[in-house]
Amino acid sequence: MTNWMRDPTAETSAVKRPRRAPPKSLEGKTIGLFDIGKTRTPEFLDQVEKRFHEKGLKTKRFGKPTNAKVATPENLQKVASEVDLVLIGLSD
Amino acid sequence: MAERLEAKHKGGTLVSRKIEYGEASDPVEVCFERGWSDGLPVTPPTDERVLAMLKGTRRRADEVIGKIPPYLGTCTVEKAAINAVLAGCKPEYMPVLLAALEAALEPVFTLHGVLATTYFSSPIIIVNGPIARAIGMNSGINALGQGNRANATIGRALNLIVQNVGGGRPGEADRSTLGAPSKFTLCFAEDESDPEWEPLSVARGLPRGASAVTLFQGHGPEAIVDQKSRTAEGLTRSFALSLNKMGHTNLVQSARAIVVLSPEHYAIYREAGWDRKRIERALYEATIRPGREIVAGAGGVGEGVPANRADEMIPKFHDDGLMVVRAGGPAGLFSAILPGWLAGRHKLELQPVTKEVKT
Repeated sequence: MTNWMRDPTAETSAVKRPRRAPPKSLEGKTIGLFDIGKTRTPEFLDQVEKRFHEKGLKTKRFGKPTNAKVATPENLQKVASEVDLVLIGLSD
Repeated sequence: MAERLEAKHKGGTLVSRKIEYGEASDPVEVCFERGWSDGLPVTPPTDERVLAMLKGTRRRADEVIGKIPPYLGTCTVEKAAINAVLAGCKPEYMPVLLAALEAALEPVFTLHGVLATTYFSSPIIIVNGPIARAIGMNSGINALGQGNRANATIGRALNLIVQNVGGGRPGEADRSTLGAPSKFTLCFAEDESDPEWEPLSVARGLPRGASAVTLFQGHGPEAIVDQKSRTAEGLTRSFALSLNKMGHTNLVQSARAIVVLSPEHYAIYREAGWDRKRIERALYEATIRPGREIVAGAGGVGEGVPANRADEMIPKFHDDGLMVVRAGGPAGLFSAILPGWLAGRHKLELQPVTKEVKT
């Protein structure tokens, strides 16, 4: 005999999406640097950006005003459309 | 028997998918294996139990309450009821749970951030009005602790909805460094036994006699011990010492707080004729300190406010950052702080939310 319960979840697909493969090289890529809005993130990203520039890589800065709120879809779409990969800067 | 017959004939009205398990399986273990638990055993959501839970509200089972962070799963009244079953709620708790869920989904509550933060916070629920008494909530001895079914399970149900419908699981989207026991549940009623005391819900704009929930982003409790102050002024200065320690003595204007005022401490304020507004204002003013005492580097401590604020007088909180709630047993000169989420650097960045409880 089979019994059942009701699913308490949102019943979203259980199929796992594979991760995107990382690029083999950063050459010619534009790297997004995303400030999530925490204190001193800009200083951290400044240092990272300096290192990228030393290697001759192009960067572009993005961000959201506060870490208390998620990035808007428009913000994420802008990032996705303007750079090849993105580094999200957490700092404390 | 009535519920069993109803499930047999009306189970078809439920639309959530069936999760089948074999006769030899323990349904509680199936719930653990499925990841539906917060670590404690849950009540298996059978058709009988879910249908019974839905009788606790007049709202339609297919009504959408909202999308639950972090992954924005759609939560219907039926999904809320299933999670209420898991948590151990009684059907009559449903109106409180649904009001709490709606409050949590207000944008100013920032539920996504509360879940995803590395800090200790989770939703804290304070219940006011006749519903608290009707469903037997505890506002007295051990109000912040274990033992009362409504206190324990309503808060738990809200957290299970975020976990199961929203997909917010510890170690995944929930990134809390240490977590807190209050992430299982922290839900209690305010003591409204003194008619002269303005209930929290009234202070927040609802009429007297209305049932309400207020949601706050925080954790706790942290103890305040003062067994010797006998004046309102002295007790306020004493409370301020504890409030200023919250998070870090040198951190300011970064979080809100609830002060849970016990009956014996409240008696000192009452004797002095102080009401809610006066207590909250006095506590705010008592936490104002010279900047030079809390600048980064003072005393060799790295944490602190920027050096350019050394000549300011700096309050610990924003001017609306403190809420007093009355609760607790009759004996004990102990009160408590429920510290807020450390993300309130701007006054309006995140706020508590109060909602009326409707049937």
